[in-house]
Amino acid sequence: MSERRLPPVTQIGMTSLALIVAGGIYLSAHLPQHVPLAPAVILLVLSAALLVGNLVALLRVEGFARAPFFLVARWALLAYAITAGLIEYAFLRNGLSGGPLVVLTLSLVVYAVHVPMLIGFTVARYA
Amino acid sequence: MTDLVVPAPPPPAAVERADFEIVPLKGLPIVAAAFVALIVAIAANKLWPLEFLHVVAGAGWTVIDLFLGLVIGPILGSLSIPARVELTKRLMPKMVLIMPTLVTITLAAGWQLGHLLGTVDSSYVHHGWIVASYIVVGVMAVIALGLLEPANVAVLFELKKPRPNPAVIEHLMKRFIYTAGVTGLMQIATLVIMTKVASG
Repeated sequence: MSERRLPPVTQIGMTSLALIVAGGIYLSAHLPQHVPLAPAVILLVLSAALLVGNLVALLRVEGFARAPFFLVARWALLAYAITAGLIEYAFLRNGLSGGPLVVLTLSLVVYAVHVPMLIGFTVARYA
Repeated sequence: MTDLVVPAPPPPAAVERADFEIVPLKGLPIVAAAFVALIVAIAANKLWPLEFLHVVAGAGWTVIDLFLGLVIGPILGSLSIPARVELTKRLMPKMVLIMPTLVTITLAAGWQLGHLLGTVDSSYVHHGWIVASYIVVGVMAVIALGLLEPANVAVLFELKKPRPNPAVIEHLMKRFIYTAGVTGLMQIATLVIMTKVASG
């Protein structure tokens, strides 16, 4: 099995997902009381930064199989956007609003982008 | 003294290209119907539909994780590569549809149900148990989304190639089996927490 030198996309992706999960748990554990948003915002910003860094690092790799990556990631993005939308709908339906809603919505965006990226990467690295 | 004829080791098993759908299109209407039921249940905000969807999808998620991780996984690990391929090309496409559907329904219906019953409020008497369930689900989600699901899809793409690489299939299947085992064990924690919360 030949292995190209690739950035640690999976490890960074899992760290990013862990950060938004931690932020989501932090917020959910305090609802419906007022909760300081700063810890969740910091976790979200770090997670989003890892997502952007991961994508940039991956696309800078010479010889990386971009065509299968985008093919798979595109369809996975559609699927994960639907699941994120359903979870968002549950948040909206039970009256979540304000800062916690914004943070959780942006966390779902990171989830809906990073997971398809990880799936596309895992397929493309063996292409 | 007789001469022993030792058979030469067999050459590495070649893997034939498999003819199957990575995403079974026939299953998509079922997934769509399940999601419509979820939307209706959340909109109605009634106890029975929410409880039904949360319990059915959650039980399916838990049982499949346990069965895959603790029963199918070790069996799969002991099979020859051609046998693994046969099982994989029949099992994995179904998992691509089933698992995300069950997880989404469990979480969305569960959140709405918790709101309806007041169990997600921080004033709830078993709040600590509820937070523990968030943590368990969170860890399982990171493992499943970051490792298990990508391996699942990637092994299917490898099998669709004109000349699938047995080493890649082996590598990805190991990753799938180990992560399924970890999430299967974590589902035991889910069972403990959920039965405790349901028992009051």
